[in-house]
Amino acid sequence: MRPSAVRLLNILVPVKRAVDFAVKIRVNPQQTGIDLNVKHSMNPFDEIAVEEAVRLRERLKDAVKSIKVVTIGPPKAAETLRTALAMGADSAIHVEIPEDAPSPEPLAVAKTLRELIARQKEGVDLVIMGKQAIDDDAGQTGQMLAGIMDCAQATFASKVEVDVQGKVANVTREIDGGMEELKCRLPVVITTDLRLNEPRYASLPNIMKAKKKPIEKLTPADLGVDLTPRLETLQVAEPPKRVASVDELLARLKEAGITAKQA
Amino acid sequence: MNRLLLRTSTIARAFSRSYATAASPHALVFLEHYRGKLDSSSLSALTAASQLGGQVTGLIVGAPEELPIVLEQAMKVKGLDTVLHASSGQYSTPLPELVTPLFEKLLSEHFPSFTHVVSAHSSSAKSILPRVAAKLDLPAISDVTSVQHDLSSSSTTFTRPIYAGNAISTVRASESIPIKFFTVRSTAFPAAPPGEAEAKTESLDPVQVSDPATEHVRTILTKSDRPDLGVASRVVSGGRALKNAETFRATLDPLADALGAAVGASRAAVDAGYADNSLQVGQTGKVVAPELYMAIGISGAIQHLAGMKDSKLIVAINKDPDAPIFQVADVGLVADLFDAVPEMVEKLKQ
Repeated sequence: MRPSAVRLLNILVPVKRAVDFAVKIRVNPQQTGIDLNVKHSMNPFDEIAVEEAVRLRERLKDAVKSIKVVTIGPPKAAETLRTALAMGADSAIHVEIPEDAPSPEPLAVAKTLRELIARQKEGVDLVIMGKQAIDDDAGQTGQMLAGIMDCAQATFASKVEVDVQGKVANVTREIDGGMEELKCRLPVVITTDLRLNEPRYASLPNIMKAKKKPIEKLTPADLGVDLTPRLETLQVAEPPKRVASVDELLARLKEAGITAKQA
Repeated sequence: MNRLLLRTSTIARAFSRSYATAASPHALVFLEHYRGKLDSSSLSALTAASQLGGQVTGLIVGAPEELPIVLEQAMKVKGLDTVLHASSGQYSTPLPELVTPLFEKLLSEHFPSFTHVVSAHSSSAKSILPRVAAKLDLPAISDVTSVQHDLSSSSTTFTRPIYAGNAISTVRASESIPIKFFTVRSTAFPAAPPGEAEAKTESLDPVQVSDPATEHVRTILTKSDRPDLGVASRVVSGGRALKNAETFRATLDPLADALGAAVGASRAAVDAGYADNSLQVGQTGKVVAPELYMAIGISGAIQHLAGMKDSKLIVAINKDPDAPIFQVADVGLVADLFDAVPEMVEKLKQ
C-alpha cells in the first residue's frame, strides 16, 4: 500500500461482528455450528483496535488525518460500524454479504482489505485490527494482510507509538515468556492484544453524531474478491465432558500427593 | 506447486497404478529454539506432523553461533527424516519479515515438494505461518488438537477449538489445497522423544532481506527458575483473591516449590498487577494441560477455563461455593485459601 504523501496518518480499522463474549454458546442439534440466535457485538479485540486509533488521534492530534473502519458482514453488521463511529472513527465501509453467507475466512478477509486499501486515494499508513476474533479464534488475518501487501507486521501489540515524521511505529508486543519491542516502517499492520488499552463506552452525544457519519456500501463483487470458503467444516461438537468416579478421584489425589482440609 | 508426485517405493504399487495417484505427505516442521535448546512445543508440532504419515523434514533457522548445538539435538529426535538448516545474523531473531522469504523459496523450489507446513502455535510461529501461507494464496488452520490425513483423497482433517474452547470444530482441507499450513496446540500432542536413527542434515542458503521493514529493538523475558508454565506438568495458579503481588508470591511460591510446580495466574490477577502477564492462563494467555492444575482463589471465568480445562486433575480452592471453577474441578475445596494453602504446604512437607 502507498503511505500518504504528506506527513499525516490514515488509519484503517477492520472490525468484526461476532457472538458477544459473555454469551454461553450452544452447539446446534445438527452439529453443524452453534446457535447464532444470540447477542452479537464488536469483537473485543477490534474494539481495542478502534480505541487505539482514537487514542492515537488524541495524542497526535491533526497528524491523524482519517480513521476509517471497515467490516465484511451481513446487513446487521452496520450496527457494529455505528458503534465504531460513535467511539470516534470518521467514516465506515460496509462490505455487505448475504445474511446466510458463511463467515469469510481470514485469507478472503485479507484480500478484501487489500483491495479496499488499494482504492484509498490517500493511502493507508496503519492498519490496526484485533489479534483474533473470539468466534473462530483463528488469529491469522493481520499476518495474512501484511504478507500479501509485503509490509511490516506487529502482532499482539501491548503498546503503540507512532513517529509520524520518521514514518515509523514503535510497537511493544506480548510474546511467550515476555515482551518484544519492534520498530516498524510505515505502512504497518498491527494486531491488538488485550492489554493495549481499555475501550471507551460511546457517550450519547457521540452516538447521535455517529448517525450522520458516512457508511459506504460495497459488495465483494465490487472489489473483485471471492469469499467462498476453501476449508470445509465437517462438524461442530461439544468438548468431551470430564468423567471421574469418587474412587478414581481419591486415588488420583493420593497419587499426586495432595491432602486437603474439608471446610 | 501443484505437481503430483509419483512414489515408486514398492514394485507392487507401480504396477497397480495407471494414472497419477495421491502424493504421500511430506511435512515441513518449523523447529524453534531458545538458548541452544529446541522448544518442546516444536517437538509437539513434530509429533503432529508424524501423524500425517509420510516424510517429515525439519527446518531450523538461527544465528551461525547457535545453530550447531540445536542441529545436534534435532538430528536425534524421533520422526525427522531430514533437518534443513539456514544460518544468518538476520535469523538470530526470526522476525516474520525476515524468515518468510526463506519459506517461500523452500516451498517453491524444494524437491520432493512439501504437502504440509507445521509449527507450534507459539507467538513467533503463529506470526510467521499465516504470512507465508497468504503469500502463496493458501489458507492456514490454527491451534489444531488433532490431525488425520487421508491418502486417497489427499485431504487432511483437523479438530480445533473455537469460541474459547466451548466448541470443537472439525475442519477438512481437501486436495484443492496443495500445501496445508497448520499450527499445533502443544498440549494436545506429546513432544517427540529422542529416536534411534539420526536424521540427515542439509544446509540451506539464507535469503537475506535487504532493508527490512521491521527492526527488532529488544526482547524482555521474565526470568524464572521455576518450570516454564507452558510445559510444566504441575501448575499452581492464583486469582484476584491473593490481594497483592507480595501476598501472591508469599502464598503460592511455597506451594509451588513443595509440588515442583510452575506458577500461573488468572487475567484478573495479572491485570491487578499481582503477577506478570507471561503467567496468564486463559483464552488470551497460555493454554496449559498439566497433570495437576490447582486453581487458588480463581473464580473460573470462561476465558480462564479455556486455558486449563484439559488438565488431567483440576483442584480448586475458593471461599465461594458457587464459583464456576467448581464445575470443572475434579476436587473442590470451599475454604479460605490463606488457611488452606499454608496447611497444605505443611502437610506436603511431612
